[in-house]
Amino acid sequence: MKVLVCVKRVPFTGGKMVLTPDKMSLETRHLGFTISPHEECGVEAAVRLVEVNTGESVVLTLGPPEAVEQLRDAMALGIDRAIHLQTDGAEWDPEATAAAIVAAIQGDETATGAFDLIFFGNESADSGGYQVGLRVARALGRPCVTGLKGVKVEGGSVRCEQEAEGGRDVYLVRMPAVLTVKEGLNLPRYPSVPGRMRAGRKPVATSSPPRPESRLQLIDLVVPGGPGRQTKVLGSGPSAAPAVVEMLRDIGLV
Amino acid sequence: MSVLVLIEDGEASLQTLTLARTWGRPLYAVHADAVEPFAPDAIAAILQRSADDLNVSAVFAAGTDRGNDIMARLAARAGLPFASNCIAATPGDLVGVVRSRWGGSLLETAALNSPRPLITVAPYTFRVTEGPAPIDVDVKRFIDELDPRDLMVRVSEHVAPPTGGVSLAEAKVVVSGGRGVGSKEGFAIIEELAGLLGGAVGCSRVVTSAGWRPHSDQVGQTGTKIAPELYIACGISGATQHMAGCKGAKRILAINSDAEAPIMLNADYAVVGDLKEIVPAISAEIRRQK
Repeated sequence: MKVLVCVKRVPFTGGKMVLTPDKMSLETRHLGFTISPHEECGVEAAVRLVEVNTGESVVLTLGPPEAVEQLRDAMALGIDRAIHLQTDGAEWDPEATAAAIVAAIQGDETATGAFDLIFFGNESADSGGYQVGLRVARALGRPCVTGLKGVKVEGGSVRCEQEAEGGRDVYLVRMPAVLTVKEGLNLPRYPSVPGRMRAGRKPVATSSPPRPESRLQLIDLVVPGGPGRQTKVLGSGPSAAPAVVEMLRDIGLV
Repeated sequence: MSVLVLIEDGEASLQTLTLARTWGRPLYAVHADAVEPFAPDAIAAILQRSADDLNVSAVFAAGTDRGNDIMARLAARAGLPFASNCIAATPGDLVGVVRSRWGGSLLETAALNSPRPLITVAPYTFRVTEGPAPIDVDVKRFIDELDPRDLMVRVSEHVAPPTGGVSLAEAKVVVSGGRGVGSKEGFAIIEELAGLLGGAVGCSRVVTSAGWRPHSDQVGQTGTKIAPELYIACGISGATQHMAGCKGAKRILAINSDAEAPIMLNADYAVVGDLKEIVPAISAEIRRQK
């Protein structure tokens, strides 16, 4: 089985969003970076599928040179090799991102065979476009099911469970297919020290695709005003309990 | 200038209609349940045929999982850009949009350059106003003419959720624990207080990543977004990922040993100190007064 997972490098945001002076991006000088949360579950799913069915797992990202950290993180968890579509750090819109990923997939499939499954996150943590996976699927002519919390390969098909009002909707699709997943699909493992050492030796194929003109062009970012809550300190330590219960009584909860 | 709207059940579609009405009329509607069982590519195909047939100038849908899914499929089929989760959209040669990012913790101003703008509306950002009802598009012909490939992705079964307990999304009170709870077993005091208040137990992302609680308990950008009467956050620092899930709460009580933690500044009520002493003391006080 050959499985691909596409990931995005995003910052760990803390308690506050701080923008760069040009208001075009988050100030990330003091922030760490991670794989966008839904996609961490995609990485775990790809690793588990290849552990069970044998074959090869591949991770792909479109991002700045530093995004190689996230590729190494995925390989430390068991992914076999990586494809890095390097950018200069400027943001790509979803159409352009999808087009570059399609070209990379087609190149890889010509060389080493088709991917049975391609995983994306349902939406990225930062820009949240909700569309790259579906665009890639359409261009490749493959079925796509989104927002999955359950994925099970059954012969040549895959059983997909999507959270829906009052439970889960189930879809059965033939492979090859494209799946977008959500956090909660599985509990991603932590990397082991030998896993980290091996990751450093695994191959990363790097290329720099040209950036097409954007049809959804970022103008600037704005930090929205908060809900404007006025904090009332009810006390400190367990002696604050009566004041808390009085508040609960005032709002009719006790 | 005519506009097409994808309609689902619920408030989010009413908010979408509110924004779509500011764009023009007539307003046409295609329903997400036009094909049962649900088949997203089929709905996208019907939307595309309807949009072409009526020559509409824009297509709107709610920024729900289903609305975003169908709009992205339409965008891919039609080769058009798509602006998701907008809180504002102004018509023009270049459409000005304001999009929600990071689960609403950040906003983006952007220009959408498209012959037919495709826009989804971020849920809970518009106050619904009444207006003329949209005209339902007669989609029977489009259904009859569906390409079988557009029915390949289709719901084949519905699995009911596990029953029991108060649902996190619906609970009037949610008592949530974060890293400060310390362990899986530490949640006993959180469960006790939630039980006394008839509420649900929630948690932060750190807690689900550590495996202390199931992901279905997570409040946050990648978990459940809630709007209870009262949210009690115990040992939660209040990172933006978490606030994106609980900012809809009517009131927030934060219990934290760090008086400067972001959650303490975003709460209506705060108690400073060790949650392991404070939470049982609140439970005991409720019992004493009953």
